Formats: sequence, structure tokens, C-alpha cells
Amino acid sequence: MNLNATLIFQSIAFLLFVAFTWKYVWPPILKAMNDRQKRIADGLAAAEKGARALQDASAKSEEALKAARAQAQDILAGANKQASQIVEQAKGTAQVEAERIIARAHDDVAREVAHAREDLRKQVGELAVAGAAKILKREIDTQAHADVLNELAAKI
Amino acid sequence: MAAEEGHHDSGSYVLHHLTNLRLDLHTMSINPDAQGFWVLNLDSCIFSVLLGLIFAFVFWRVARKANAEHPTQTQNAIEMIVDFVQNQVHEIFPHANSIVAPLALTIFAWVFLMNLMDIVPVDWLPHAAGLVGVPYLKIVPSTDVNITFGLSLSVFVLMYIFNFKFKGVGGFGKEVLTHPFGPWLFPVNLVLRIVEDVAKPVSLALRLFGNLFAGELIFILIALMLGQAFNGIAGAFLAGGGVLLQIAWAIFHILVVTLQAFVFMVLTIVYLGAAAEAHADH
Repeated sequence: MNLNATLIFQSIAFLLFVAFTWKYVWPPILKAMNDRQKRIADGLAAAEKGARALQDASAKSEEALKAARAQAQDILAGANKQASQIVEQAKGTAQVEAERIIARAHDDVAREVAHAREDLRKQVGELAVAGAAKILKREIDTQAHADVLNELAAKI
Repeated sequence: MAAEEGHHDSGSYVLHHLTNLRLDLHTMSINPDAQGFWVLNLDSCIFSVLLGLIFAFVFWRVARKANAEHPTQTQNAIEMIVDFVQNQVHEIFPHANSIVAPLALTIFAWVFLMNLMDIVPVDWLPHAAGLVGVPYLKIVPSTDVNITFGLSLSVFVLMYIFNFKFKGVGGFGKEVLTHPFGPWLFPVNLVLRIVEDVAKPVSLALRLFGNLFAGELIFILIALMLGQAFNGIAGAFLAGGGVLLQIAWAIFHILVVTLQAFVFMVLTIVYLGAAAEAHADH
């Protein structure tokens, strides 16, 4: 164990290697590591942000869906109401129309009856005149006895 | 892994493995017996720089192409190491300073690689070197006390730079003289401080050196057992035991290698952290 100039040589070599490492080795490696660390941190932050955005979006879509459902419900209810209204209205009109038709039919029938009655009356009158003429065996002046005949016909 | 039996006895075999390839700077010639300070342990220098270059090259290549999106497997591995070092520095050194972390990384990776050389079987490289005419080769730089002191003394210098930088000359002087016993016992404080500060690099260097040197010595002794493989029945048994020991010790040393590199790094950060920290006044 005798110390000699190797010591000086080694010290110089050591300082040179340290200087080299300090200048050319350490900074780039550390930079790469820090960059990666930052990148990973950024990635995680972005992922978290994305997850939050997704959550927001799904909540929003849920809300929109709910609103749409409610609106559809409203529309459906409105339509139903309108439809029943229309049906109700149609029913009303039909009722009125039916009553009108029935009334007219009644009128018609009444008129028909009156008419028929008139006819009948006339014919009966004529028949009665004819019968009377036949009975009397003489010509009755229809014009002279028209009043009587008419009176007769009206009585029938 | 065959020991060079026949040529040397066990003692000289071990000694041979523990001798550095020395370059005498006065005569500029290879001389394993060279003494004095102006001698360079060529093998330690070459292997430590080679390993440092491997570290620098691998890390630089990754750093150059480092990107956040598509890391390669190598980049992942390197980033794991960098992250580990970064965490240690964050925990121990709470001040803003851009050089501590790269320094810690360099120490950890480089010391780890230097220690790892002791997993290489002890005879391979020295034997190969012997074949091309190199007489001695010690391939584990951290078993050379010069290498470990080279690191720890650099850390020591840096400690003082931090002391002055973070506290200023006045603040540092005040701390040295008044800590821990107050201003009236300043000689005691000063002596304590000197002991404390000298102990740091010495313990740092000797811990690494001692662990690796002892480990390497055990590997050499195991290699001696393996060398007895063709020396009768007893020798064969010895070699068989040596194989098991070699495996066990190598596996254990994977731990030691990493642990010592880690300890060196952590203590460096701790010392620098202490240097940067201003003590509360008493």
C-alpha cells in the first residue's frame, strides 16, 4: 500500500468523467424522464376531463330524453283530447242531423197523410156526388152544388 | 483458470497477482519494484479509465437518443439507475445543486464497474497479458488504494468547495472554531474538526479498498486450490471444493460489488450534504 501518482491520475480522470456526466449524460436523461412524467400526468388529467365530460353529456342526454318523453306525453294527451272532442262534436252533429232528418220525415209523413186525406176527401166527395147523382138520377149542376159538395168533402 | 503451477510456489503466485504493473515516471520504464510517489500503476489507470469510458459511452449513447415516448430497453435500464441515484440525492442532499446527482451517478456506476472486475476469474487477463509479454496485471482497479484514494480525495476537495460555497469563508471558519463545544473551547473544536474531516476520505477510500482487496485475495486463494486439480486424489478434492467456493464467493461478491458502490455513493452524498448544511448556532 504505497501511494503514488496513480492517485493524481485517478483524480483527474474522475473529475473529467464527472464533468462529462454533468454536461452530457445527466440533463438529457433527466429531461426525458421529466417529459414522460409530465406526459403521463397530462394524459391522466385529460382522461379525467374526458370522463367528466362524458358524465356531463350523459346527464344532459338523460335530461333531454326526459324532456322529450314529457313532451310526447303532452302531445299524446292533447291529441287524445282533441280526438275525443272531435268525436264528441261529430256525435253532436250526427244527433242534430238525425233529429233533423227525423223531423223532416215526420213532416213528410204528415204532409203525405194530409195530402192523401185531401185526395181521399176529394174522391169521397166525388164518389158521394156520383152516388148522389146516381141516386137522384139526375144531373146535378156541379157548379151549382159545388159549395155543398165542398162542404161535404170538408166534413169527411 | 489454471494456476501457473510449477513456476512459482503459492506465496509468489499470490504476490504476483497482487503486484501492479508499475511505470517509473523518473526513468519512464516498467519496473514492478519502483518506489516513491512518481510511479504510475499502469494497469489500474488503464482499467479504471477503460471502465469509466464504458460507463460514459453507454450512458452518453442513451442520453443522446433519450426520448419520453419510446424508450428502448437500455434507456429503461439506465433510467432506473438514474432514478435510483436521483432519489438518493433528493433524500440526503436537500440543497439545490446540479452537480451532486451526476457526481453520485458517476461514482456509483464507475465504482460498480471497477468492483465488478473481480468477478472475472483471476488468471484470465493476467495470464493472457503474460503471453504477450506484460509481466504483471492487476485488473480490479478498486483493489488499488491509489484509485480509491483518488476518488475519496476528489470528494474531499469537493467537500471543502461546498463548505466555502454554501457557508462562505466566515461562516465556515466560525463553524470550525465553535462547533460542537462553543467558542471557548475552540482548540478542541478545531482538533475535533480536523480529525473528523480527515477521517472522511480515509474511511471512504479504505472501506472500498479493504472490501475489494480482501475479496480479490480470497479469489486468488480459491484459484490456488483449483491449481491442485491434477495433484493426486487430495488435490482433485481440493479443486472440487474450490469450484464450489468460487461459485459461492462470486455470487456473494455480486452483492459486495453493488453494496460497496452504493455505500461509496451514499457516503459521498452525505459528506457533501453535511458540507452544504449550515449548523445551527449554539
